[in-house]
Amino acid sequence: MTQLPTSTDRKMGLVIDLDTCVGCHACVISCKGWNTENYGAPLSDQDAYGSNPSGTFLNRVHSYEVQPEQGSAQLIHFPKSCLHCEDAPCVTVCPTGASYKRAEDGIVLVNESDCIGCGLCAWSCPYGARELDMAEGVMKKCTLCVDRIYNENLPEVDRIPSCVRTCPAGARHFGDLGDPDSDVSKLVSEREGMDLMPEMGTKPVNKYLPPRAKDMIEEQIDILAPLLAPVAEEPKGFLGWLDKTLEKL
Amino acid sequence: MHPAPSVIIFTTLSGLGFGLLFFLGLGLPDVSGWVAFIFFAIANALAVGGLLASTFHLGHPERAWKAFTQWKTSWLSREGWCAVLALITMGLYALGVVFLGQRWNLLGWIGALLSLATVFTTSMIYTQLRTIPRWNMKLTPAMFLSFSLAGGSLLAGQTSIAVPLLLLAALVQLLYWRQGDKAFSASGTNLGTATGLGQRGAVRTFEPPHTGTNYLLREFVYVVGRNHAEKLRVISFVLAFALPILLLLIPFSHFFALLAVLSHLAGIATSRWLFFAQAEHVVGLYYGKR
Repeated sequence: MTQLPTSTDRKMGLVIDLDTCVGCHACVISCKGWNTENYGAPLSDQDAYGSNPSGTFLNRVHSYEVQPEQGSAQLIHFPKSCLHCEDAPCVTVCPTGASYKRAEDGIVLVNESDCIGCGLCAWSCPYGARELDMAEGVMKKCTLCVDRIYNENLPEVDRIPSCVRTCPAGARHFGDLGDPDSDVSKLVSEREGMDLMPEMGTKPVNKYLPPRAKDMIEEQIDILAPLLAPVAEEPKGFLGWLDKTLEKL
Repeated sequence: MHPAPSVIIFTTLSGLGFGLLFFLGLGLPDVSGWVAFIFFAIANALAVGGLLASTFHLGHPERAWKAFTQWKTSWLSREGWCAVLALITMGLYALGVVFLGQRWNLLGWIGALLSLATVFTTSMIYTQLRTIPRWNMKLTPAMFLSFSLAGGSLLAGQTSIAVPLLLLAALVQLLYWRQGDKAFSASGTNLGTATGLGQRGAVRTFEPPHTGTNYLLREFVYVVGRNHAEKLRVISFVLAFALPILLLLIPFSHFFALLAVLSHLAGIATSRWLFFAQAEHVVGLYYGKR
């Protein structure tokens, strides 16, 4: 049913550290790799080796530049996937009941055998988290690797979403954001984790940790600096002669 | 938003068809026998034709029947129910009028209300989307309903009702354009809130996630034709409202009435194209596009 659960037992989700992400896109590739051959229809590509390639991805990394009023600009890599919203508009708009939010862990999923591919859920999502697969005609989205996190056939260390397992920088964290004592919840409160587009009223479960402020270059960078002052302030020898001659011209 | 022909045909034709069914349900015009048959055939062809066109953009049209299950939350599902109930009710009413010489008034009124409800539910599919500020306004259902009533009265040949209804629809159209143009900036959503980085400084897209295009950009970021939006607005306004009103005010002839209907239809289709093509989805912000 597309009625949202009034509350979920747990709120499983991701915490993404914008301070740590290096923009390597490894999470994008590992996500596509895992999800194209596991849960549901494959993530197809169209014209993959042609002049206009395009394909279905559940996770994409944007890059933004932020220019503060003072100080230097900062480059921020910005991975974006489904935020598994508590008030997920993509679920309630679905006419067939294919979209649903699980009461046990809050994961938003698509039952692909019920999806008619009308696209309305993608229209309702402010984050661009849903993409209609061109080959299969059904809506694809992040499953939070539901086929990994409870999979007892995998070593315990692998029972986390593929993107989190892959991230070489440790910029992605997975856990229960409904439990205030969980590691991810502590991280969010320590680092003032934020919601994307809070004005949309979607109440995202996934949180983003803002980048830390950049160091400011102070006037005197080292107490020894005055001793390192340039020895020759005026050019001498040939360069000195050239300088004086050019000055006179 | 990508102006998919299937959805433009659907909303334009179905709006007109259900508008005509509304007036037929009220007994306007008071016809019976073969004349009534033709009126009902036109109304049903428009309404059903539009509904069928809407299934063309589905990934899996064969599962469309499943769309009747989620009426508790989904406006698309509610629209399906309203459309089917309206068509069944008006079908029974038409049987009486065409073949039995009977006018079951109550059934006609219920069918008329269901026809309007169908148009309303269609408009709510778009209105409910907070992600598209230009649609997320009370004027959206007002526009769909006023267009449907104006077109329906025109098709039903109710000249005296059609002129004021066309004037009303024209006014709603102008208000919709005026408020719609301000909607995106008024929504308060920008790249700053989208990334959560807005309070740190000016946010600018530096590099997109991929060099090619994707489903999101094809579906939500449609900029072709926006250059000509102002001209198309004038064309659509003249065709949909100004010309039909003029043709109705001069002494009546069937040829002018037909011309008025065709002009209105072309004008509404143009306006509906603009409704989609000019609608900007907030997801475009992430790509530095609108």
